[in-house]
Amino acid sequence: MKYIDEYRDATVARALLGEITRRVTRPWVLMEICGGQTHTLMRYGIDELLPPQIELVHGPGCPVCVTPLEIIDKAIAIASLPNVTLVSYGDMLRVPGSHSDLYHVKAGGGDVRVAYSPMEALKIARSNPERRVVFLGIGFETTAPANAMAVWQGAREGLKNFSMLASQVLVPPAIRMLLESPQHRVQGFIAPGHVCTVMGYEEYAELSRVFHVPMVVGGFEPVDLLEAISMLVAQLEGGRAEVENQYVRSVAREGNHPAQEIMARVFEVCDRKWRGLGLIPRSGLKLRAEFAAFDAERVFDIAAEDVEEPAECISAQVLQGLKKPLDCPAFGGRCTPARPLGAPMVSAEGACAAYYQYRRHAAGRL
Amino acid sequence: MSDDEHPLEQFTCPAPLPAQDKVLLGHGSGGRLSAELLRKVFLPAFQNPALNCLNDQALVSVDGVRLAFTTDSFVVRPLFFPGGDIGSLAVYGTINDLAMGGAEPLFLSAAFILEEGLPLDTLHQVVASFSRAAQEAGVEVVTGDTKVVEKGKGDGLFINTSGIGRVPPGINLSADQARPGDRIILSGSMGEHGMAILSQREGLEFESPIASDCAPLHTLVAAMLAASPAIRCLRDPTRGGLSSALNEIAAQSRVGMVLEESAIPIQEAVRGACELLGLDPLYVANEGKLVAVVDAGQAERILSATRVHPLGKQAQIIGRITEANPGLVTMRTSLGTTRIVDMLSGDQLPRIC
Repeated sequence: MKYIDEYRDATVARALLGEITRRVTRPWVLMEICGGQTHTLMRYGIDELLPPQIELVHGPGCPVCVTPLEIIDKAIAIASLPNVTLVSYGDMLRVPGSHSDLYHVKAGGGDVRVAYSPMEALKIARSNPERRVVFLGIGFETTAPANAMAVWQGAREGLKNFSMLASQVLVPPAIRMLLESPQHRVQGFIAPGHVCTVMGYEEYAELSRVFHVPMVVGGFEPVDLLEAISMLVAQLEGGRAEVENQYVRSVAREGNHPAQEIMARVFEVCDRKWRGLGLIPRSGLKLRAEFAAFDAERVFDIAAEDVEEPAECISAQVLQGLKKPLDCPAFGGRCTPARPLGAPMVSAEGACAAYYQYRRHAAGRL
Repeated sequence: MSDDEHPLEQFTCPAPLPAQDKVLLGHGSGGRLSAELLRKVFLPAFQNPALNCLNDQALVSVDGVRLAFTTDSFVVRPLFFPGGDIGSLAVYGTINDLAMGGAEPLFLSAAFILEEGLPLDTLHQVVASFSRAAQEAGVEVVTGDTKVVEKGKGDGLFINTSGIGRVPPGINLSADQARPGDRIILSGSMGEHGMAILSQREGLEFESPIASDCAPLHTLVAAMLAASPAIRCLRDPTRGGLSSALNEIAAQSRVGMVLEESAIPIQEAVRGACELLGLDPLYVANEGKLVAVVDAGQAERILSATRVHPLGKQAQIIGRITEANPGLVTMRTSLGTTRIVDMLSGDQLPRIC
């Protein structure tokens, strides 16, 4: 399969591993931001192949994981109302809120549907004018343009029965928070390739400059990640700290202008709470006032309760790269994908879930 | 050890856990939730030696004659899909469950649950396909039933079939018989049935050349058994895909498994569709494939016999049984590392980025 097989090629991967091994002279801690990258690293066991000097820690880039409990509770409350159809990306259905999840709402008779695109929700709204159709719009800059487009299109058509429960988050403010933390130990970042496909990587160039930390925009296949790691090691060993782009087949420095325009037209920056990390200033997007009629939070007026996370869960430290999933005493026992204690175990792309799915045998946590 | 048996679980549960007090779609996925339903609801109620074997069919003996007996319900949507329809699927599914016990299928029952308003023309087409499939497979439909439910209380058409077959003397296939050193043979490529269905689902339609692989496997099984009786167990990887079938065998035989990723055949179109939708072909359903655990010394012989049969042309040895890691299926990746091939927790859900 073109554009896939060549990036999973074992010979190329081995050559890159050799390059990394030759380059590295001392220990380095690297973080991949995106959950999709964590998933690939675990699935292919890339961390096992790297020389021992390279430590990989996993970032907060799993959109499902960092969606706050309050939003999930609101989605559950809205989906439980009569005459409502809640449309969501598939991953969100099994994420537990404080008392239930969307699967249980569906089993209880709620109309909850999975879609690959928010435009599906628009279609449902058009053909079911008697139902109130709500799209659960979560995600990073990757999902924001399509979610914005759905709202913009709904407004243009004058749809009265469509709204979005939006909980968009932005990556650069989370990296900034991480780097400003006195405990942080990350020396180089693999920046999220799909986010940069939309946004470009000027923001990462600035972070790299301000915090003097190397950043390489990376893809999602094994060869992409090994090449990005090799580029980071070359920078670190050479004393450089700049932004570089490994994922050139998808990412341009300035990003995708039409996508950025539709985001800016529909959304504005706001403070946003991240599950496991807390409130991060200017790290989210919300619908602009002119789209208030499409804002499910206003349309449905559901009160948000502040929900406490289980004290035992170390997800805040995992999401900041301070601890690894296997450092958690609850991992694999009291916390599993079927019964998650916290954010990184809930989605397949969460760091804890990736360890559980692919690697728990290595830790003897069966 | 399963999640539920962890000794600490009873002491602490500070999490906002959803109470599983209702049947969820995931309970029908063939993965971990399905297994839980079986273990907690059905087995305690019905247990007996034949059922407790947890094979695709029950082996019973009547006056010295060994019979295989099985039942299966079919609720596939859409009723007609590339490569088949609910009628032929209802025949093949039950035949295959019998065949996985090494049985020669003899008789089928056919129970139709029809929703008020179903076009008679649709019913005619399904029944014609059912009848054709049974004739071609050489089984007789000897009894049946029809029920009609009110509009809105069914989904067009459901079918249940039960089947009886004769198990030849000396054949004793069961999922608890895999032994360290045994080889794992897969009869062909993975994921076509599930992806053919998915490509037709409302809201997800995509153009693809993928057709369901649904087919009756009893003649293939007969050919394999004729080549060598050293087959420990057979499974058809339907719901939950190859991962569920192998995890069940590993659990019941208390052995580990190591698969070779590069040896598992997957059609280009299926790989592409799975990449696009964020699915793993090892968890996608098949309806015309089998996986066999066989004695290592006879593996090549059985593989050759499999490849001669039209339904086994792409057969491969995909892995082996180990003493290490009992109950766990692992896979050597193309990069030479090892990862777990876990059972699904619920439905396989698309990832969003």
